[in-house]
Order: sequence, then C-alpha cells, then structure tokens
Amino acid sequence: MTPRSDRPVALFVLRSCALGTITILVLIVAFVVGESVDVLRNAGLSRLWTDPTWHPASKTNPTFGAVPMIVGTLFATAGAVVVALPLGLLCAVFVNYHATHTLRRLVNGVIELLAGIPSVVYGLWGLTTLVPIIAMIRGPGTSLLAGILVLALMILPTIVLLIDQALREQPAELALSAAALGLSKSRIIWSVLVPSAWRSIGTASLLATARALGETMAVLLVCGNAIKTPTSLFDSVRTLTANIALEMAYAMDTHRSALFASGLLLLGLVGLLIAGIELLERRVRT
Amino acid sequence: MNSCADDCPCAAMTTEKLTLHYGATAAFRDVSLEIPRCEITALIGPSGCGKTSFLSSLNRLTDLVPSCRVTGRITLGDLEVLAPDTNVVALRRRIGMIFQKPNPFAFSIAKNFALPLREHGVREHAEIEQRTEAALRDVGLWDEVRDRLRRSARTLSGGQQQRLCLARALALEPEVLLLDEPCSALDPISSAKVEDHLQSLKGRFTVVIVTHNLAQARRIADRVVFFWADESGGRVVESGPVDALFEDAIDPLTQAYVRGQHG
Repeated sequence: MTPRSDRPVALFVLRSCALGTITILVLIVAFVVGESVDVLRNAGLSRLWTDPTWHPASKTNPTFGAVPMIVGTLFATAGAVVVALPLGLLCAVFVNYHATHTLRRLVNGVIELLAGIPSVVYGLWGLTTLVPIIAMIRGPGTSLLAGILVLALMILPTIVLLIDQALREQPAELALSAAALGLSKSRIIWSVLVPSAWRSIGTASLLATARALGETMAVLLVCGNAIKTPTSLFDSVRTLTANIALEMAYAMDTHRSALFASGLLLLGLVGLLIAGIELLERRVRT
Repeated sequence: MNSCADDCPCAAMTTEKLTLHYGATAAFRDVSLEIPRCEITALIGPSGCGKTSFLSSLNRLTDLVPSCRVTGRITLGDLEVLAPDTNVVALRRRIGMIFQKPNPFAFSIAKNFALPLREHGVREHAEIEQRTEAALRDVGLWDEVRDRLRRSARTLSGGQQQRLCLARALALEPEVLLLDEPCSALDPISSAKVEDHLQSLKGRFTVVIVTHNLAQARRIADRVVFFWADESGGRVVESGPVDALFEDAIDPLTQAYVRGQHG
C-alpha cells in the first residue's frame, strides 16, 4: 500500500499522463480536420464518392473521386479478415486444447515474433515471393489478392493472441461441466468454449480490421496502386493509405487537402470500429 | 428407464481400495465404499481431504487432469469404471455431476438441454422438448422459464442457474448424480430451494453429495461418509446411516467433527 502522503503526487502524475494522451489525440484530429477544411469547404466531403475520377491536382477542373481507393481499402481489409479469422481461430484452438506445453510455447513465441516484424519487411517478402507466384496464375501479380494475403499474415498474430487469451480465460469449470455431461472433446471446444468466447472473438476481429485498414507500407508494395475499381482478385488496386503515402510528397493546396480528407475518412472508419468494440465490451460487463 | 424402479437392494456403485494421486501427492487412499441405490450419500469432512477428488474419480472426470492417477476399482452395476476400454462418454451419461458454481453454457436455455441430448443420440425435436420440460419441472424451474426458453441461460439468477444445471443433468436420465457442494455458492433462499428439489429426487436417483454444511447433510442424507486428511492424504474414517453417524459415531475424530469441534 502506498503511504497516504505519496498519493497526491502519484495521482498528479497519472492524471497528467492521461490528460496528455487525450490532448495529443484531440490535437491530431483537429490538425487533420484543419488541413481538410480547404477541400471540405470548396468541394465537400461527398465529392470523394460522387466525382467520377481522381485528378485533384488539375488546375482547371480538379476532381476528387476516391471510390476506387475506398473500394480497394474495404476489399483488402475485409478479405484479410476473412482469410485470417478462421486461420487464427484454428491456431488459437490448437495451441489451447491440442498442443503440448512445449509446442504451445513455441507457437506463441513464433506468433509474437510475427507481430514484431516491421510492415515494410512483409511488403518486401510479398513483392519478391508472393507477387511472382500470383503472376504465374494471372498477371500482373501486384494485386488485390497479394494485398489481402500480406495483410492477412500481418493481422494473424493479433487475432491468434487475442483469441488465445479469451479461450484461456474461460473458467475451468465450464469445460469440466461439459465433460461431465458426456460431451466429446471436439464438441466441448466448438459448441461450448468457442461460443462462450464469441465476444472476445468479435473484439479480436474488429481490432484486426482496424489494423488492416490503417496498414500502408506493405499494401503499397504489393497492390500495384492503379486507381481503378477492382473487378477481380487479380486486379491492381490502390488503397486510401497507399494513396496518401504516394502523393503527399508532391501534393499542394487542394490536392494536399483532399489527401487529408481521405485520412479523415479512414479516421472515421477506425472510430466506428472502436465504437463497435466498446459496444461488445459493454455487453460483456452487464 | 429408472434404475430405482426395481427396488434392488444392491449398491449402485462400489469402490475398492480406491487411491488417487496428483503427481506424487495422494489426495486420498484406500477408499472402499458401497453407495446404496436410490439413497442420498453425503460426503463430509474438512477441506482438502479428497472429497471432491473422490467424486470426480467416480465419473472419470479426473482423466482431464494431466498429473492425476487413480488406482483401485470402481464399479457401476456391472461396469468396470476404471477399465481402459470403458466408454467415458457413455459413462458420464449414466453419472451426472453438478458443481459448486453453476455453469450454464453461454447460449439459450433450450440449447443448454438440446446440446447434451443430441450428443447422446436424442435427435427428435419433440423428444428433446419433452425431456427438457420434464427435467425443468423436476427442479421447479419450468414455470419460471417456460416463456423464455430462447433467452440466454446466463440471464437467470444464481439459484435458477444451479437448478438449470441440475435439470440439464437430469434430462440425460442418469442413474447416479454427483453433487459437489451444490449450494455453497448460493444465498440461503436459493440454497433451500435446491435442497428441496434434491429431497424430491430421493428414491429416484442415487445421489452422492459433498457438503460442508453438516445440518444439510443431516437433513437430506440417508448415509454419511466422513473423510479426514492426515500427512499421507485423505481417508475415510467412518461411514454409516445418518443418525448412527451423528448420534453415536464410533471414532473419536467423527464424534468431534459432527459436534463441530474441529475441521
């Protein structure tokens, strides 16, 4: 127990840290909004999806149609979650209920390592290994599919670690009472334990979605970056994040502002995901 | 259907020189007991003397504990419980178990019944519904939940959850019910309700109940088994009909324990 006299100091430090974090976040959002104001006032956010093309740098008739990039972002993200979620769930179930103690520690170690690899390295691996393989099936190789697979690999550790933790937190009595009713091991796992953890599995998916949504470097390297709404998995796509990274270096005035507006859009999407997580968590507590 | 209908005087379960180790430590040693058919047998004794371990060995739930080793002999009717070729899934259908903390599964009340029933080959919807209703009536829960069978079982109160777990076990029509301090996590009113329903099951099932509540043991049990732990692990000191054990126990340890002098 901390002596009473120390508490005001500790409390002050903690409060300052918390306040500082909130302030920085608010400032960042304010900055992004501020930088977007130009395009928002002159063109409006809705032109991101109503304009037919993306020519924000045009002097005479700038257009801000970001639909191909919004679609590319959503497809890449959703595809990655669809691939990674079942894999992650199977992996978490395996390490929890089937692996020996040593194997479990090994797998967990590898997964933690996987989480620590810089995203540019994933991108390089994708570009030199995955893209040529996809190109053998159908060109050009740099494609939505490559983006989905690289993103899936990147969000896999998040999903495995969160689901693994959720399964480990299930009370031991739950498995025992299921076994006492004569349920088989696979029935206990898939019909009792996994459904009991569905909220945490939901949270894991949403966090992974947020991560995939914001990922830039790896998708930039493997997606081909053509501004075109994809019609197949083998089409080249550009995501909003890749677009910002590619164009920010030379963007000026309204163009620059339009990039910030697309950043604002991403921020809004992540905000929605976090709200979704909050809703899930709240229902756990009640 | 019901094992108690034939009024057979023989024991429902017997154990012979049953010993259980966790690693190198013995939880209990050399327990030889006869568990009479259709009676309530209460296991009493201080914490840590192997009562719960003994209970879990009867339906081989101890198989799930990696370091756990059980030796000796357990029979359920003609079945050698500890034989390696015994089908534990079928065994656990015949021996139901209720735990200290109620643990309904995180889905609807109806599905809490349907899942184990289906696992044991009851496929017809009508039969599942009928057995669910009968089991819920047995524990006095039917009128409380009949309108919300589709609601999550976790929305019930603690006492209702425990009765649901009891009903879920009863729906499988077991011969033996093992109860591990089923009332200890409940408030007195819920506890009394569960106890009432245990009383009403008397004569229909063979019940083995672990309890720390001596008054409860005295109220509901036909026979009492007194466990005690010393340096070498738990053992059975004395067992017998409830009145004999509470009124004229032979062993001084038992005498002191039932008078509440230690433990």
